[in-house]
Amino acid sequence: MKQWMKFLAVAILLYVHTAGLLADVPRLNILNETVRALYFHVPMWFGMIFLFGMSLYFAIKYLANPSVDNDRKSVECAHVGMAFGFLGILTGMLWANYTWGSPWHGDPKQNGSAIALLVYMAYFVLRGSVDNQEQRARLSAVYNVFAFAAMIPLIFIIPRLQDSLHPGSGGNPGFNIYDLDNRMRYIFYPAVIGWILIGVWIASLRVRRKALEEKILDLE
Amino acid sequence: MLSKLKILLVKEFTLELRRKSVISGIALYMLSLIFIVYLTFSLRRDTINEATWSSLFWLTVLFSVVNSVAKSFIGEKRGLAIYYYSIASSHLIIISKILYNSVLCLVLSIAGFILFQVFIDNPVQDYMYFLLLLLLTSVGFSGALTLISGIASRASNSNILMAVLSFPVVISILLMAIRVTKNVLDGIDRAASHDELLNLVAINGIVGTLAWLLFPYIWRS
Repeated sequence: MKQWMKFLAVAILLYVHTAGLLADVPRLNILNETVRALYFHVPMWFGMIFLFGMSLYFAIKYLANPSVDNDRKSVECAHVGMAFGFLGILTGMLWANYTWGSPWHGDPKQNGSAIALLVYMAYFVLRGSVDNQEQRARLSAVYNVFAFAAMIPLIFIIPRLQDSLHPGSGGNPGFNIYDLDNRMRYIFYPAVIGWILIGVWIASLRVRRKALEEKILDLE
Repeated sequence: MLSKLKILLVKEFTLELRRKSVISGIALYMLSLIFIVYLTFSLRRDTINEATWSSLFWLTVLFSVVNSVAKSFIGEKRGLAIYYYSIASSHLIIISKILYNSVLCLVLSIAGFILFQVFIDNPVQDYMYFLLLLLLTSVGFSGALTLISGIASRASNSNILMAVLSFPVVISILLMAIRVTKNVLDGIDRAASHDELLNLVAINGIVGTLAWLLFPYIWRS
């Protein structure tokens, strides 16, 4: 990954964290100051979707052109995407504890995202149970496509249909109404970009490390 | 191509009727499940409320369906698989398996429903709509589970893997089905459930297309 992107990511996140905690935020009824969690919770999900999307892209590339490189990139993106997903759920639980009253409210979007993570955990279980390297790569690429397609309705479509406390679902107004005037936008959009860059950076480091590990194993 | 598909379908049904191993095993499983449910609930001398009926019904159907579809690829011997590979294209094979499994799932769901009526109360008011729901969920379950069974058959620990891989994928179908069941049990107007049924059709479309596209890659080895 390019050097300037790494510096940019660090700079953006430093800005986001200081401005996010210190700058003014609009006052809303139940949320009060906790609306700041918007800067931390939602970018996690953007990051996760982006990374799972990258994993999907490499999985399809693998199916078109089987190479160890594509498979490796697909897996590591999925790993980091899952880490982001866990963080997203944890930050969501923390936020929910203060606004909705309890960490796990049975809200459809919460349930949907937990199940989406289960789908990807099953992906890793699948990888662990096939011995042949080439077959493992092929089967997990196929399941990756399937898992991504299963995840989209779970996270995006089904929660919107049901009654939910999440903004934008079940008749609640979306974020535009939350007075997302330029004050919050100036911090929110950079946060998304910053976290995505960090996620890609971590994934690229993991890919390089895995490549080196495999090279060492080959030499032994 | 259509004639080849018909031949494959006839083969599946003939094999099944000849050995009856899958059908009888699963039917026994379902009967025992429903009987246990009946015993547990009749002891309380309480009528089951609708939410309980719905969840018990779908649990029974789900477990029976997962077990029966799992056998479609996992039990097959290597030599037989190579033979099929040489005589028919992978698309035809997956389509024929999905169609056969859909019919199987539909039969199982209807049988489960009838048994539920016999042993336990029957709060369903709109039969035709419920039948439509069962048809849609059968196709959905069959499509998703057949593909997963294909994947799991290539790995070790196939049975555990089948359950682990299939559960999350099946959840979205199940969620829609449970909501429509709730509406049917409550006797709400049909139009209220149209959204969910359309959703089911969409999910079936996605799952079917994915199975069509992805199966050749699994079949290759």
